[in-house]
Amino acid sequence: MYKYDEYDHAMVDARVAEFSDQVRRRLAGEITEDQFKPLRLMNGLYLQLHAYMLRVAVPYGTLDSRQMHMLAHIARKYDRDYGHFTTRQNIQYNWIKLEDAPAILEDLASVEMHAIQTSGNCIRNISSDQWAGAAADEITDPRPWAELLRQWSSFHPEFSYLPRKFKIAVIAAEEDRAAMRLHDIGIQLVEKDGVHGAAFYVGGGMGRTPMIAPLIKEFVPLEDMLSYAEACLRVYNRYGRRDNIYKARIKILIHELGADEYRRQVEEEFAHVKSLGIDPPKAEFDRIAAQFAMPPLDASAPDAIDRSDPDFAVWVDQNVAKHKVSGHAIVNISLKPVDGIPGDASSAQIDLMADLAEKYSHDELRVTHAQNIVLPHVRKADLYAVWQALDAAGLATPNLDLISDIIACPGLDYCSLANARSIPVAQKIAKRFADPVRQRDLGELKLKISGCINACGHHHAGHIGILGVDRKGTENYQLSLGGSGAEDVSLGTITGPGFDEDGVVDAIERVTDKYLETRTEGERFVDTFRRVGMAPFKEAIYG
Amino acid sequence: MKLLTGNDLKTGFVTWWTGADWSLHIEDAADVGEQGEAILAAEEGARRVNAPYIIKGEATPEGPRPAHIKDRIRALGPTVRPDLTLKPADPAAGDWVI
Amino acid sequence: MVEHIHSDGEEPAVTLDAFLEQSNATAVRLEPDEDARALIPFLDRLALIEVAFPKFRDGRGYSSARILREAGYTGELRAQGDVLVDQIAYLKRCGFDSFAPEKSLNPDDVEAALTRWPEHYQGAADGAVPIWKLRHG
Repeated sequence: MYKYDEYDHAMVDARVAEFSDQVRRRLAGEITEDQFKPLRLMNGLYLQLHAYMLRVAVPYGTLDSRQMHMLAHIARKYDRDYGHFTTRQNIQYNWIKLEDAPAILEDLASVEMHAIQTSGNCIRNISSDQWAGAAADEITDPRPWAELLRQWSSFHPEFSYLPRKFKIAVIAAEEDRAAMRLHDIGIQLVEKDGVHGAAFYVGGGMGRTPMIAPLIKEFVPLEDMLSYAEACLRVYNRYGRRDNIYKARIKILIHELGADEYRRQVEEEFAHVKSLGIDPPKAEFDRIAAQFAMPPLDASAPDAIDRSDPDFAVWVDQNVAKHKVSGHAIVNISLKPVDGIPGDASSAQIDLMADLAEKYSHDELRVTHAQNIVLPHVRKADLYAVWQALDAAGLATPNLDLISDIIACPGLDYCSLANARSIPVAQKIAKRFADPVRQRDLGELKLKISGCINACGHHHAGHIGILGVDRKGTENYQLSLGGSGAEDVSLGTITGPGFDEDGVVDAIERVTDKYLETRTEGERFVDTFRRVGMAPFKEAIYG
Repeated sequence: MKLLTGNDLKTGFVTWWTGADWSLHIEDAADVGEQGEAILAAEEGARRVNAPYIIKGEATPEGPRPAHIKDRIRALGPTVRPDLTLKPADPAAGDWVI
Repeated sequence: MVEHIHSDGEEPAVTLDAFLEQSNATAVRLEPDEDARALIPFLDRLALIEVAFPKFRDGRGYSSARILREAGYTGELRAQGDVLVDQIAYLKRCGFDSFAPEKSLNPDDVEAALTRWPEHYQGAADGAVPIWKLRHG
């Protein structure tokens, strides 16, 4: 894990001092809300329905137990005893007081955390593969590159007033667990002739105009990665649309210019930017990479798992993934119990997960874009003890990637932008499909719910997606099928007219029944949908 | 009726204009008639409220009821966490929102 | 460095179009949507480039400033318009050395903003040594 040095500490401390001063000036009336808003947003502080909301960055989703305990402490001391893990691997607190914000940022800084650039029209928290450093299928650990990007993008003087927000993801495996091509820049570390480089996908995103990022450059030498990113951003900062907030993301610029013309402009800018010496030398990368070294795992640890407890065995099959070191496993903790709120965890649960990380996972945790938590380095021999502790805390729901592992935005229960509630719909679906045997029979089925067109709940990328809209003052839900945020990335197609809350749950059941009736051996829902198309599902839904 | 609402500058909590001051409870909200804009400007200047706005509502025996579900959720709290609403002891409080 | 808050009392800079037509002007004003690179052939005889910020949220001027400094411009580079104290440190990093805010700024706040950051993560146009370079001597 990356540890701050004196420079990193000084940067974050300066930011805390700066924001404390800005809060003071706001409370004293020296600045207006209009002037304060972009400043508080760049520190992750929103004004939501019920209170201020603070979004804390979890860079590339990686945390140690001390940091996780601090998240619990903040929930307990300044909020209402819980936090909400987000699709960008961050955590949000829903009940923050403006006057407490400086103290919270100080507490975060004491454990090398911050809320810098978690909102605003700037480069946001860099996201990554939640299994980075542990995944059996990665070519390298993407996190050192994500950390280099974090430092380059933090307080970037040229790119803090972009046309719109800017999200970057970095992965290093063929399997895409970070929705890489639905980011403004998606970087995939690739290997060519034994050398690693960065494939740049630029101009993806969800929102009201979802787009899959086209490949802009197949192989950027890693020593040029930041310069290439700088060139991509400069073209966007200069030419991205500023006349219409809904057309201001880079995806619209690239769509309007065409990928070829955008690439040409970036290459031209890159030829110049490359001469500026923006990329640090290899020694700096090596300094960072050394801190992400694999913890000392014993490869001779026993590989067998005692599956005599059937409930445990179900959980192992569903929530435990293959680790690159023999005798070890990746534990995925579902924050999606039936009746729960997707992504929410209480202070006590957060503390427990921190304790388990310290004891069983070499002090490491991850936050996933699907709003779950990961213990990345667990000995197989310890899995049963981990499961027992999780089970006792309501954290052992065996539903990873099943229909009840729902991504849902906070929706109209919390969010001032939402048009409809998301959480109650997620709860009703989870309840309808609560039978674990039924869920497992349905297999991998990624269901994602957004409470408005901004698509924070990734509905476009759901095998089944739900979008909440406001229809003449009542909540209405549109259904879409066939999206994916993974390596088989695709955008969902709307089925037809929308439904009320119960209606959409019924419609989903008709869709899954049709799938069970139509699928061939080993076919996932999304595969069946792609094979047979919308028509049979539409027929099943609307008759 | 027309209601004036916003969030408290310091705490961010939802507040309602009572005719003389701000209250956390919508039951205290007053009909501002055509005075909304003027009160809004004065109160924002006084820094007691953040992002205030005028909404439509109706007078009911239980008190003012905002026309839009968003403001009813603001008035009560998250429907999925009754324990965190302003009426944690009233299991039927959520029905008022829908 | 000419770090000062600009006060009025000189000939206004000409527009980019006017500048490109009349070769003897030494001061030019660049709007957000105008290409800073159009000025590159003339940098050696320009004494002032004023970059307009009609709204502080419009960040195009930051790129304009860097492009001009990266091309070797050494004259006065002025940020004019909706220039607020909270943007001034970034403006300086991008190469601005004078500021003409529409609403006057509190000098103490300006001083605090400009001295807030001891070091910087990335190189820019202010000559600051990036942190990664400090780390490796």
